[in-house]
Amino acid sequence: MQAAAKGRAKRLSPKRTTGDILFNILNYSLITLITFTCLFPFLNAVANAFSSNRAIQTGLVTIFPIEWQWDAMKTVLGDKQVIRSLGVTVYITVIGTALNMIFTILTAYPLSRRDLKGRTLFMNYMIITMLFGGGLIPFFLLVKALGMLNTLWSLMIPGLISAFNVIIMKTFFQGIPDELREAAIVDGCGNIRFLLRIVLPLSGASMATIGLFYAVGHWNSFFNAVLFINNPDYYPLQVKLRNILLLAQMDTSLETLQQQNQLHVIEESLKSATVVFATLPILIVYPFLQKHFVKGAMLGSIKG
Amino acid sequence: MEARSASLTEIRETEVPAKMKPLHKELRKNYDLYLLLVPGFLFFLLFSYVPMFGLLIAFKDYNLFKGVFASDWAGLTHFREMLKIPAFWQMVRNTLTLNVLGLIFGFPAPIILALMLNEIRAKYFKRISQSLLYLPHFMSWIVLGGIVYNLLSPKYGIVNELLRQLGFNEIYFMADKSWWIAVYTLTGVWAGAGWGTIIYLAAMTSIDPSLYEAAVMDGAGRFRKIWHITIPGIMPTVVVLLILTIGHMVSIGIEQPMALTNPVVTDVSEVISTYIYSVGIKQGQFGLTTAVGMVQSVINLCLVLGANYAAKRMGREGIW
Repeated sequence: MQAAAKGRAKRLSPKRTTGDILFNILNYSLITLITFTCLFPFLNAVANAFSSNRAIQTGLVTIFPIEWQWDAMKTVLGDKQVIRSLGVTVYITVIGTALNMIFTILTAYPLSRRDLKGRTLFMNYMIITMLFGGGLIPFFLLVKALGMLNTLWSLMIPGLISAFNVIIMKTFFQGIPDELREAAIVDGCGNIRFLLRIVLPLSGASMATIGLFYAVGHWNSFFNAVLFINNPDYYPLQVKLRNILLLAQMDTSLETLQQQNQLHVIEESLKSATVVFATLPILIVYPFLQKHFVKGAMLGSIKG
Repeated sequence: MEARSASLTEIRETEVPAKMKPLHKELRKNYDLYLLLVPGFLFFLLFSYVPMFGLLIAFKDYNLFKGVFASDWAGLTHFREMLKIPAFWQMVRNTLTLNVLGLIFGFPAPIILALMLNEIRAKYFKRISQSLLYLPHFMSWIVLGGIVYNLLSPKYGIVNELLRQLGFNEIYFMADKSWWIAVYTLTGVWAGAGWGTIIYLAAMTSIDPSLYEAAVMDGAGRFRKIWHITIPGIMPTVVVLLILTIGHMVSIGIEQPMALTNPVVTDVSEVISTYIYSVGIKQGQFGLTTAVGMVQSVINLCLVLGANYAAKRMGREGIW
């Protein structure tokens, strides 16, 4: 239907005027420029990670590595703590996302059923939590009281269900025609079987979207770890990364202080290598999921 | 379909003894659906509603060993104490400054970008530029912060290198207070603008194409079509998002300030959330910081309700 609409628009668009052409040139160049500003910092970080410190210090590195070297990346890969924190991050991302998905589906499916009594009540119950909360301290004390401090559960359980994602998923489930359910019920299919056999297989795009949101959240999770985890063995990658960068910040913002105190000189390429290392998995997965999540997010947002 | 199921239940009602209440029947019919809701119910109860009751700490002399309920009442002491700390007004000011700047620059940015993207006809160009625009959204603030520090470093950063080549002096972006605010605002826009376009682009695809056709018939050019059809077409979405953004005016995510701050600029970078973290969690002043957090939550709630009310008064659809 969309393609047809587009075709119609094309046929109907008037002859190209000079203003039109100018507009196009300007529009395309601006978008190219903005797109490049989004990409450039990452290219620059990759280039820095593989350039020699000398080249970085002379300001030659832009988007291509100068005086190629692997040493910085090797140092990162050789750091046992970095590898350990990578393990923690992979663990919470895999297990955490699986738990998120299960519980989000369980909550979203009943709410998508128009014939369920009291679903508005539950929606309100959930939406209130998006508008008002107890804040950081009661939340922290709760997790503490539950005995989750310094466990990886503290990084997975308190964010188990996101009300926002439930609403997106619920909206998607509502798009599945009711006739399908009627047909399935006639064939003797119960609610649960219908969910497992029919709803879920039809919801690939929204699963990919919500899954990506949760997974990226876990991969990037930082503050919860700072709050709940004191044991360096359980630090996720982002916390480890921040500790490395924090030393580096001293060096860029406090030039004078730095001169008096030469303790924390971190090589430029090493900083970038750590950043690249922490980002790489997202960059690898991203192109594959991209198509789905745009579709999924749009579906969720229109009626959301 | 609804009519049919309604008539079905009517028939059943005559068969079943009159004692059976509709609720019981409903529970029996869809008991498995209600069971599915139990974990979600418990989750929000425990992790959202229990902390709301935890706000009692703001009125108590919280004692770690006694717990929330057994601790002694402190009345409004914490709130009075809060108003007296000089740092309080500073962080309120900082939170508001950074948020207002973020709203002024960050809110229109995705709208303009979406309008621009919407005018692009080349399919592949559009798709590729979109995926690259979304990229910063998927990076943690720690990574973005690291990259920003790197780019803006006075010694090695590419930005200062460029300034030097153009004959300017290097700028200590992250160590100068006003530059820091500018960097904070711009990185916020940079990280969020691309992702923000999704919802507006979705709204644009649902605009009736015949409106554009009619406008073309009336001799409308490109700008007129954007101005008279596209923008009014996305206005409901704009209003909803504006209400939600205004609702967060007093709160600020903690990760961006934490990732970008440094000891030289704390005067302008200390915000309510970082204060709650450092004074509450690190120094253990639970009562005081719960009071601060509570004031923040209440103001946010009032702002959302107020913005929603105002939107309705102006004849727009609110969020509920």
